[in-house]
Amino acid sequence: MQQGHLGRRSFLRGSLLGFTALVMPSALRALEFGGANMPWSAGAASPPYAGITDARYFAASEYAMVDAITARIIPSDDTGPGAKEAGVADFIDHQLAGFYGRGQRWYMQGPFPEPLETQGYQAPHPPAELWRTGLAALEQHCRDNHGAGFAALEDDTQDDILRAMEDGEIDLGSTNAAQFFDFMREMTIEGFFCDPVYGGNRDMVGWRMVGFPGARYDYRDFLHHNGASIDMPPVGLMGRPAWTRQ
Amino acid sequence: MTQLHREVDVVLVGFGWTAAILAHELTQDGLEVVALERGGWRDTPTDFPTTHAPDELRYYWRHEMFQETAQETQTFRNRRGQTALPIRRWGSYLPGVGVGGGGVHWNGQTFRFLPSDFLARSHNEDRYGPLPDDMTVQDYPVTYDELEPYFDQFEKLCGISGQAGNLRGDIRAGGNPFEGWRSDEYPNPPMEMTFSQHRFAQGAHDMGLHPYPGPSANMSRGYTNPLGVRLAPCTYCGFCEKFGCGNYSKASPQTTILPIVMQRPNFRLRTYCDVLHVNKDRDNTRATGVTYVDAHGDLHEQPAQIVILCGYQLSNTRLMMLSGIGEIYNPATGEGQVGRNYTYQVMSGVDVFYDDAYTNEYIGAGALGMVVDDYNGDNFDHSGLGFIGGAYIACWTTNARPIENQPVPEGVPEWGAEWKSALRKNFLRHTSLSVHGASMAHRENYLDLDPVYKDRYGRPLMRMTYDFTVNDRRLSEHITPIAADIARGMGGREIKVNSLDSSYDIWPYQTTHNTGGTIMGASPDDSVVNRYLQSWDLHNLFVMGAGAFPQNAGYNPTGTVAALTYFSARAIRDQYLRDPGPLVQA
Amino acid sequence: MIGARAIVALGLAGIMQTAAAQDLSWSEMERGRYLAIASNCVSCHTDLDHDGTPWAGGREMETPFGVIVTPNITSDDATGIGRWTRDDFWRALHEGRRRDGSYMYPAFPYTHFTRMPRQDVDAIYEYLRTIPPVEADHVPEEELLLPLQVRTAISAWNALHFDQGVFVPDLDKSDEWNRGAYLVTGPGHCGACHTDRNILGGEQEDEFLRGATLENWHAPNIRGGEHGGIAHWSHDDIVAYLGSGRNEHTAPMTRMGEVVEFSTQHLTEGDLSAIATYLKSLEDTPRDASDPPQEAVFQAGQATYFDNCAACHHADGSGEAYMFARLAGSNKVQSDDPTTLIRIILEGAQAIPTNDHPGPLAMPAFDWKLDDDQIADLITYMRNAWGNNGPAVSASDVADLRETLAED
Repeated sequence: MQQGHLGRRSFLRGSLLGFTALVMPSALRALEFGGANMPWSAGAASPPYAGITDARYFAASEYAMVDAITARIIPSDDTGPGAKEAGVADFIDHQLAGFYGRGQRWYMQGPFPEPLETQGYQAPHPPAELWRTGLAALEQHCRDNHGAGFAALEDDTQDDILRAMEDGEIDLGSTNAAQFFDFMREMTIEGFFCDPVYGGNRDMVGWRMVGFPGARYDYRDFLHHNGASIDMPPVGLMGRPAWTRQ
Repeated sequence: MTQLHREVDVVLVGFGWTAAILAHELTQDGLEVVALERGGWRDTPTDFPTTHAPDELRYYWRHEMFQETAQETQTFRNRRGQTALPIRRWGSYLPGVGVGGGGVHWNGQTFRFLPSDFLARSHNEDRYGPLPDDMTVQDYPVTYDELEPYFDQFEKLCGISGQAGNLRGDIRAGGNPFEGWRSDEYPNPPMEMTFSQHRFAQGAHDMGLHPYPGPSANMSRGYTNPLGVRLAPCTYCGFCEKFGCGNYSKASPQTTILPIVMQRPNFRLRTYCDVLHVNKDRDNTRATGVTYVDAHGDLHEQPAQIVILCGYQLSNTRLMMLSGIGEIYNPATGEGQVGRNYTYQVMSGVDVFYDDAYTNEYIGAGALGMVVDDYNGDNFDHSGLGFIGGAYIACWTTNARPIENQPVPEGVPEWGAEWKSALRKNFLRHTSLSVHGASMAHRENYLDLDPVYKDRYGRPLMRMTYDFTVNDRRLSEHITPIAADIARGMGGREIKVNSLDSSYDIWPYQTTHNTGGTIMGASPDDSVVNRYLQSWDLHNLFVMGAGAFPQNAGYNPTGTVAALTYFSARAIRDQYLRDPGPLVQA
Repeated sequence: MIGARAIVALGLAGIMQTAAAQDLSWSEMERGRYLAIASNCVSCHTDLDHDGTPWAGGREMETPFGVIVTPNITSDDATGIGRWTRDDFWRALHEGRRRDGSYMYPAFPYTHFTRMPRQDVDAIYEYLRTIPPVEADHVPEEELLLPLQVRTAISAWNALHFDQGVFVPDLDKSDEWNRGAYLVTGPGHCGACHTDRNILGGEQEDEFLRGATLENWHAPNIRGGEHGGIAHWSHDDIVAYLGSGRNEHTAPMTRMGEVVEFSTQHLTEGDLSAIATYLKSLEDTPRDASDPPQEAVFQAGQATYFDNCAACHHADGSGEAYMFARLAGSNKVQSDDPTTLIRIILEGAQAIPTNDHPGPLAMPAFDWKLDDDQIADLITYMRNAWGNNGPAVSASDVADLRETLAED
């Protein structure tokens, strides 16, 4: 299963990176338009690109921590696979290695005074640095107070620590613990429910868990479900197993 | 060195809905029109086709179609005396960027304001007595009757799906009996409702309310608009707001008007052109054009006979401030008009959870919903309630995208095994009601320039000072329980009420209905622009958009924004071109 | 890309410049303009791919005879046809000869234009004289295949494939039918794309309008009578397609898009009706039924179709009238040659805006999303679903075209 998954993804990469992603015909890159039809060129498309490369950000020890943290936020249990099976740590790793990790699209100029609760993300770090400094502080906290790194602690202890972070009851120095926790939770959810092309939601386990049919575009035949369950397998942007001969 | 361009008749700053409408209207008269768009070109088959449009991470959470705060953002605080900090990542609202603007990634909920919404001060004072001093609410300088033909024009351009409730005074069953008179039916019938809407309609009906189908820019059938451009039927894919529509079934500039505008030989669009300021002549009576920076970082000057600001409300207001046009509002003195009467939308909601029924809310569309207006505007008696204005209550089924939606009942933690189990159980068996409330102007809610934070050109960011007002809270406290009553009648296991019970927070998404700041009014003493959206200061400068709203009504703004745009275009064509000068004497 | 409007405008500008000097009859010039539109001269004689000047040629065209660059037909003396007389022009269209008497390459459709009577050809000549001279910067250099490398060999080709002579009406048929037959076989030169050619590049009489492949596009069977490719189209469907660029079944894209954009949408309703009457009279032989595909292929194709195509073409292949092609019953879908199907799935296609339908529509590219097996199975499914019947397509067919297009 795992083998097949990797094989398929590498095909996608080759296809995505080697072919259309590079095709952006000049008509669409022009900076002045008018007096003509709507620009269009054969083969032009803008398939997913950012975040699908193999670039990574975390050191091995950080990765292990992230794997452990996300596995508590969405645990594997009798209701089904969790963040670990979904590849959430890989997803976060890829995201932080790209524009999102750099905070490239964000206004990041200082100063950074103590914010109000209503003022949103005010960490002086872009996301990648926030994770790095936050993880380091959390790891130190765990060693100081629990005698081991986060990943080595019991599930219940890990949960207690995360809950304390969520409630702002842990001092992580320059990192606002509650805000860092919120951000970890947010990216965990992203990685659990994103399209599999981004490395998370592996085998669409997140979508299967909740019954979301994924990247579909036509439900006209199911509008009048009248409260009944609909049996529809999820599909990712790059497909589902049924697209290939069984 | 600034590159100087040949003078054109009209320059449009920004290229979303209002600019597309103006480009179409003004090029008809042979005017040479240039639009300057900060973002890039984009169109259905190449930029958001069905093959990759349904990508929640990319388009919503990584903001592919939204402005980058790195390019322009605001600082924010709840009240004077606090230190405003920059909005580093968008949360509460999501300004668009690129060709088509927010018109590409809107939901398509296309309302008309009520006739009384245009008379927010006089109507309410006549009926309930004087408003509190700190409520800076004022009448629109234009009436519903004057705008009616232009509401109709926009609805036909877009092919709005809906059901008339008041056809030339004749109240029609199934429509909204409270709406202003309509000169014509909606061009398309209502969308097909799903389970949740049927339950909502039943619950509302049982309470004696008047449910009607939400007016929708998602097509209920194939439609050819008056310009000859055809749209396809909506497929209820649940990727509307924050996404481009991949199959030509949501009205947007691209699907209704650009195919015509782009062919006109007297129209040019330049992309990746970020306008820095409006230029003025020496005696401060006319705009002479705009200065912008292109993708290479080079400066350009585009002279024009008429300058029209068509950016988002926040961008237009800041551009006025940075260009030194008019006086910036000062809440301490009440003087200055630019930035005054910033208003928003007062939102709350109710979740409904079912045991035995699947709502399957991934089958949805941006404007698929049933609505009641019994508690909107002045459709109910406000005597003794201590607030004016109202809200619609609606059961919209727009989507079940899972990064955005994790519906769990009251008391469930936000992560871990219990959360996961509850989410698994409730994800497909949940619906929600929105309470979409008016936002009345208050002297302490405003926009001005930030004293600390600068943009990449060293110019001040705009500062937003905003919190919910007493009027907002009373409105929400009155109407949210009514929504809860409807929700209880929808046959679910339990409900969860999401009240407006804290200060305005810039993070969780609420709505991109930022209004005011360049408000319209009767004189330069109460407004930035006149009834034709013409600047009181520079007669050849016009400012489009919801910035013109003196205060916001309990509806989504696009229908009214578009009607005001057509109204302004008509005045420019019929009056201004013939005799350039102030269209209203100050 | 130039718009039809630009061409018309340019034509008028030309009249103003030269009409007085040449004392042209307006009606003769107008008749010529109409026939030039019916012949769609401008589409080939303009470098559409590079925003070329209308009528000035320079378009590279892939033909059965190799790649040719179309000549300038403005009245420029040096590079155009400024020195051509009426007789020169007549010989070109009627006999396929150059001014010096040598044979033209049959890439120029004189095998069709020979059906046009002298007075029609003269009218086109008069109209072309009104087009302002443009000096072209290209010198047509044909890169042709043997045996046509040698011009004299063309006389042998002509002997086999060139049936010189103007259109002769069939007096047993209606005037409308004869008008349609004339337009289709003469100025319209429909067979140049829609009739299959033999190994020498000659159109085969028994393959008349039964579909052919050129420039990696398959022009479908357009016979409209029983068993024909568009037997399921009504007379009015044909008129709507040619006249407005949309009908209940489909919309013209790519090469046919040019034909509608520059030619057929400007024809009179009467002429479009005549074309429809003629096409509807062309019966065809029943097609051999193809074997049903393997179940696994059908299943894979069905899943791929439902997830990727239904949002526009609908789960039952019924499409959306005047927007998205109806795939059930489609001649393009069921055609033996899958080239167009594969290509449109790979790189998408734009339905051109027309006067009646100014909104362009485009199908997106799937080359990045579907692999060769998936596209092959998808097509095989579409060719055998909803009552369709057509032969299976293999992954190697897809791979070959993918490679060819990538090289272009």
